[in-house]
Amino acid sequence: MALFIFRGFCANAIILIPKNGAFLHKIRPKRSQFEVQARRSGSTEARPAQKSSQMATRERQQQQLQGFEAIIGIETHVQLQTSTKAFCRCPYSYGSDPNTTICPVCMGLPGTLPVLNSRVVEFAVKLGLALNCEISMKSKFDRKQYFYPDLPKGYQISQFDIPIAKGGFLDVDLPVEFGGGHKKFGITRVHMEEDAGKLVHSDTGSFSQVDLNRAGVPLLEIVSEPDMRNGIEAAEYASELQRVVRYVGVSNGNMQEGSLRCDVNVSVRPGGQQEFGTKVEIKNMNSFSAMNKAIDYEINRQILLHKQGQANQIVQETRLWDDATQKTFTMRKKEGLADYRYFPEPDLPEVVLTDEYVDQIRKSLPELPEAKRRRYENMGLTMQDVLFLANDDDVCDYFDSCIQNGAEAKLAANWIMGDIAAYLKNEKVSIKEIKLTPKELAELISSIKNGTISGKIGKEILNELICKGGTVQGLILEKDLVQIVDPAAIEALVDGVIAENPKQLEQYRSGRTKLQGFFAGQVMKKSKGKANPVLLTKILQEKLNAGN
Amino acid sequence: MPSPIQNPRLLLTSTRIPLYLSSKTPCTHRCFASLPSLSPQTLAPQSTTSSIPSIRESLLSGRKKAVEIAAEYLDRIRLTEPQLKSFIHLSDSVLKDALELDRKVENGEDVGPLAGVLVGVKDNLCTVDMPSTGGSRILDGYRPAFDATAVRKLREAGAIIAGKTNMDEFGMGSTTEGSGFHVTKNPWDTSRVPGGSSGGSAAAVSARQCVASLGSDTGGSVRQPASFCGVVGLKPTYGRVSRFGLMAYASSLDVVGVFGSSVIDTAIVLSAIAGHDRLDATSSSHEVPDYSSEMIALDQLNSKPLKGLKIGVIKETLGDGIEAGVVSSIKAASSHLEQLGSIVGEVSLSSFDLGLPAYYILASSEASSNLARYDSVRYGQQADADDLSLLYGDSRAKGLGHEVKMRILMGTYALSAGYYDAYYKRAQQVRTLVQKSFKDALDQYDILISPAAPSAAYKIGEKTNDPLAMYAGDIMTVNVNLAGLPSLVVPCGFVEGGASGLPVGLQMISSSFSEGKLLRVGHIFEQSLQGYNFVPPVLSEN
Repeated sequence: MALFIFRGFCANAIILIPKNGAFLHKIRPKRSQFEVQARRSGSTEARPAQKSSQMATRERQQQQLQGFEAIIGIETHVQLQTSTKAFCRCPYSYGSDPNTTICPVCMGLPGTLPVLNSRVVEFAVKLGLALNCEISMKSKFDRKQYFYPDLPKGYQISQFDIPIAKGGFLDVDLPVEFGGGHKKFGITRVHMEEDAGKLVHSDTGSFSQVDLNRAGVPLLEIVSEPDMRNGIEAAEYASELQRVVRYVGVSNGNMQEGSLRCDVNVSVRPGGQQEFGTKVEIKNMNSFSAMNKAIDYEINRQILLHKQGQANQIVQETRLWDDATQKTFTMRKKEGLADYRYFPEPDLPEVVLTDEYVDQIRKSLPELPEAKRRRYENMGLTMQDVLFLANDDDVCDYFDSCIQNGAEAKLAANWIMGDIAAYLKNEKVSIKEIKLTPKELAELISSIKNGTISGKIGKEILNELICKGGTVQGLILEKDLVQIVDPAAIEALVDGVIAENPKQLEQYRSGRTKLQGFFAGQVMKKSKGKANPVLLTKILQEKLNAGN
Repeated sequence: MPSPIQNPRLLLTSTRIPLYLSSKTPCTHRCFASLPSLSPQTLAPQSTTSSIPSIRESLLSGRKKAVEIAAEYLDRIRLTEPQLKSFIHLSDSVLKDALELDRKVENGEDVGPLAGVLVGVKDNLCTVDMPSTGGSRILDGYRPAFDATAVRKLREAGAIIAGKTNMDEFGMGSTTEGSGFHVTKNPWDTSRVPGGSSGGSAAAVSARQCVASLGSDTGGSVRQPASFCGVVGLKPTYGRVSRFGLMAYASSLDVVGVFGSSVIDTAIVLSAIAGHDRLDATSSSHEVPDYSSEMIALDQLNSKPLKGLKIGVIKETLGDGIEAGVVSSIKAASSHLEQLGSIVGEVSLSSFDLGLPAYYILASSEASSNLARYDSVRYGQQADADDLSLLYGDSRAKGLGHEVKMRILMGTYALSAGYYDAYYKRAQQVRTLVQKSFKDALDQYDILISPAAPSAAYKIGEKTNDPLAMYAGDIMTVNVNLAGLPSLVVPCGFVEGGASGLPVGLQMISSSFSEGKLLRVGHIFEQSLQGYNFVPPVLSEN
């Protein structure tokens, strides 16, 4: 319970010092740790505290913005997990030795030509459909031109005026502890392009080396509408996008490896103003919490400049987020608009899709996170449960399989979010790797529910099932775990314990009723944990009080 | 899963080549063969003999060894090259390759259709065993890691690569004066240019330094030098030959072309290099016929072998600004074609004059992008520099020539924000008009004819200070590239100049993938042309 009290306290603390952005950011990591724990415990007791937290968050946001409105748009680059690069037959795997997965084509040697990997189109259409976009039946590639040593051809093959998909949206359920609620964020476009290589700078800074392994790796760029208003919304948009790319299997969505990279545009305008303020681009955030913090930091920075009458110091620039100092700093100022001199890529034919092709991909799409959440919600699960389960499609599959095997939704959710999630976290394994099958979890749940074993025993054998596998029935028999529900047998155990502890009995009867716990513990010990706790309590009370 | 990618650009033109000469009056070559009468007046045999079939015959019959044949050509190169400078790099493995071929012939192994044939390769086509510079100093010493597809196919067909021929830097120019290395001389008059940009390839075939050669044609770079040097030059349909390994100048216009001293040789080489290539997404999977097998020897033909063939003379190509001698040569050629039975009319291409400016905008725009990779970071000549922009700037300033820089600047300008619509986009619209006017004309006529250039070969240095005059020289050829059509240039006459006159080429244009038709007509034209010998004086002098 202390945990939840602290949650409330923490939220209050923020209200107390709403103007101090720095402090706010410093304490937030602690909050999120608790959120993880709370979710993991899966306890329903968490809810009473949520209400205050929710209100606190809203109020905090209101106060923080002080009459200003922040506008946030996100450009996300998702690296596709195709077996070869976008325009050549090189494989790609993160972390290979420099320049080991390259060929004349992705090195941009004279005379080489790109040939489109058809999987890239397939993945683009997949994601486009998953993001509720309109698919362009005819699109083309364009060249985006600039000089940089990691760009071997001097241009990036991308899509300019006819992206493969456009005009979609993404449904997001905001976390309960941040106020909850359902949001729809617009997707402007999804287009195909190739990644650039990487520069490796020497320690002395006197030279740089070029690693072209990543050059030509296929990317999808997903551009959002400027629909987000704060760091949480932006981070949730990005994390939903990560879920979607993982669900449909187009990318591993790994932020640390750079498989999912978000560039965020933030601007601030006084409330009521129609036109947008000057936007600032933030890069280099490699987690959702960094995104959240970087954006809120940037919003505060811009509001402060507005309030100090220095709004003109907000300039179009690219800022980097520094995790160490928890600040954004200027990377480069943009002098005018960069002119990329886009023109149609003459080396690649137009991409022409057929209705049949798109329909086939549409049919192959799995159930998406939003649909899963609505389905779980209809099962009667709380939003907290829903969000936890739908976060990972492997967990969803596991949960769904439990349900199919007859488990009650709420109970299955509790087990998965509690003990199983804790195990996964400690052992750093995925739910697919544990030996406990959904069928046996369902069996465990029903064995407890029908009283064959106690909840306590259930928890005890869970670990063995997870690590070693086997069946619930097998373990119950092997270890003789069947719950003692025979009142006579329990009575005998109780009698025995009372007889063995005359001193404690005397103390109890003279008023120290707390000793009931001691007796209960002794009886449970004698029964090797198998005594039905309800019966035990009832019989024990009768016996203890019988002398009065 | 159905393939998501179709190629509309290629689908448009994927009709089968008809086996008859005229789509209007179907007639297979069998019907020519069945007609016995020959008119000795119009069809006297010509001195232009096909080298490739005779080389093959000599080799297989054992009359000559590949080493002997190669030595003949190497001797000629030794004699003429100091004067002509057709090559940037000569192969040092010609005799070794020939010996290997002789071993195969002795062992009765299969040898390809180009066995023992020495072929010159334009230096913008990558060769794994020789430097490939594209005529540019920035790539001085660059050795590719792979053969261009066209080169690989040549080798697979048994050809021996003689060397890398000189060219205007990255194909930008009409004289080879734009080469980063040296100027090639015209074998007909060494004070004159051989044309360009494939001037080295044309001069080498003209001087019989090699049997055939590969060039590339973006706006006329095969056809104009063929005309200047008196050889056969073929610009195939866009996508007919893979561009993989061809250093890109303007990707939507570039094609690999062929030079030969006869139409048959040209046809044999085209058969060897044409076809779809999985390394070039714009290469066509249109079927490749054996172009030479459909050609009929003169003595098999009747007196009107082109009966019913409709030929349109492009009106705009015989007007102002065209050298009188060129106009009369083309007129003579058209009456010759008429004598052979064809129906010759005049056709106007309304958008003809728009082609030149549109071409220069599109080609320069694509070039500004294609040449961005020559940044000296990964390969090529690198300047000493302390920071990145200096590294780029100095390397490109030193490595690239004047003409190339000018076109990069023009293209960069045309693609810049605010100018794109006025230049690039408008030029693309003109391109569509040009395609349409060609289509309309080719609905009426089987073949369109015009000069290949407004003049014969001019003096070295004559136009170097007047780029606009040089660009204007491309008026005859650029429209064909904009439309992506195949075009064949066959020597058709001479104008005054040099010691023994200067050759003039007749350009024949047809619909996409009808190279077979062009080559058949070209072959008949070439065999029946009387009184001309297109062997340059440089050979008799030596």
